[in-house]
Amino acid sequence: MASLISCPHCGTRAKEEFFIRGDATPVRPAPMAGDDMWNDYVHVRANPRGRIREYWQHVAGCRRWLVVERDNFTHEVFSVSDAAAGRGGER
Amino acid sequence: MRYSALSIFKQAFAGNLGWTPAWREPAPKSHYDVIIVGGGGHGLATAYYLAREFGIRNIAVVEKGYLGSGNVGRNTTIVRSNYMLPGNEPFYEFSLKLWEGLEQELNYNVMFSQRGIINLYHNDGQRDQYIRRGNAMMMEGVGAELLDRESLKKMLPFLNFEHARFPIMGGLLQKRAGTARHDAVAWGFARGADRLGVDLIQNCEVTGIRRENGAVTGVETTRGFIGCNKLALAAAGNTSRVGEMAGLKLPIESHVLQAFVTEGLKPCIDHVITYGAGHFYISQSDKGGLVFGAEIDGYSSYAQRGNLATAEHVMEEGVTMIPGLSRVRVLRAWGGVMDMSMDGSPIIDRTPIENLYLNCGWCYGGFKATPASGFCFAHLIAKGESHHVARALRLDRFERGFPIDEAGVGTQPNLH
Repeated sequence: MASLISCPHCGTRAKEEFFIRGDATPVRPAPMAGDDMWNDYVHVRANPRGRIREYWQHVAGCRRWLVVERDNFTHEVFSVSDAAAGRGGER
Repeated sequence: MRYSALSIFKQAFAGNLGWTPAWREPAPKSHYDVIIVGGGGHGLATAYYLAREFGIRNIAVVEKGYLGSGNVGRNTTIVRSNYMLPGNEPFYEFSLKLWEGLEQELNYNVMFSQRGIINLYHNDGQRDQYIRRGNAMMMEGVGAELLDRESLKKMLPFLNFEHARFPIMGGLLQKRAGTARHDAVAWGFARGADRLGVDLIQNCEVTGIRRENGAVTGVETTRGFIGCNKLALAAAGNTSRVGEMAGLKLPIESHVLQAFVTEGLKPCIDHVITYGAGHFYISQSDKGGLVFGAEIDGYSSYAQRGNLATAEHVMEEGVTMIPGLSRVRVLRAWGGVMDMSMDGSPIIDRTPIENLYLNCGWCYGGFKATPASGFCFAHLIAKGESHHVARALRLDRFERGFPIDEAGVGTQPNLH
């Protein structure tokens, strides 16, 4: 894993400042969606080797939730963006 | 060749020229009754028990690298059965009982040493939680002993009892726990399986799973197609990648765990000791090196190497628990890819796909489970139903709402 993460709000910081939530690909289903969809969302992971997107929170910085796109085999980091940006939310 | 004291004497007088390879290197046949994917501890143990206990002899183990090149050679060699939950404890106790007879069973010295494990506690709440765990163990017929501070001081005088933030108040002892030589476990099962006619096929990576009318009929490999009646996956950190070849999506995320070993020292740490204020565990190998580790790095990874910040954290925990460690030099560190499940417990089950069996989710506790994992997986493959100690380790337990969450942290694989 790369040692440095470029937070879009705080600049380049040590990766120890961040908490890692996990896979950013599952999309939260509607509250009344079926058990299958909720099971997929809560428990099932594609777990690919290579390029992945993960939720990281900058707990020792701006405390924003970020999406880190990186390679989980070579440990290269491709991009870091604010998680709300992809959803058209407030940044 | 059967190993014995007599064979050592005979070979010594014959210049040690008569030793034969411990297993054959066969070319793959076109068809097997059972193919096991993964030549690590669990895959080899499964092949051994299938042949030994369940009478299936036409078996192949296919391994992409060399035998034991994965986590069975990359762990801290701890064997224990001090679990709390009913779905886990009988399984791990069954495993420990198999360990106790393993060397005679395999005719192979795995250097199993029942030196005892001590889990330290640092506050009242943790003591109560350990008492609860000890009681749960005793209800399953597994011995457990609560040690107070004074008796611990006599046993382990080198611990940092007076630490201001994390004073050591006592510990939970399981006397029958211990360590084993990890490589020898893989080699012992490999040799045992080979002697029963199992084909161990190395440097043979599975590249695809062939299905007809939904049912698995064989595997495509780098050494050609191999047909089978039943396919068993024991691919540890690469489970999701192999599963995907059959269209399976699993409750698994791969993570990296590091372990460390120091220079050789005279005997100084007699037990396995774990630190309750963190997740540090340490023991001393028969060669003298201190073998230790702690948590996973915390990010999804398929790389067999970890991060220096985690290494620093592990060393800090170690020195907090045993200040004398600060003078010891670390020789080597290594990383292994863990198949972290969503509740921290393993899966030994059939899959929704016909003829496909699954053994995964060992997180970072798979080494101690090696014999029972192999035995129970073999039972499932041969008889079509779970062994009674492994009935809770179902693939569908997540969607049915029966997770086995020892740590109580929920579906967050990097926290187990």
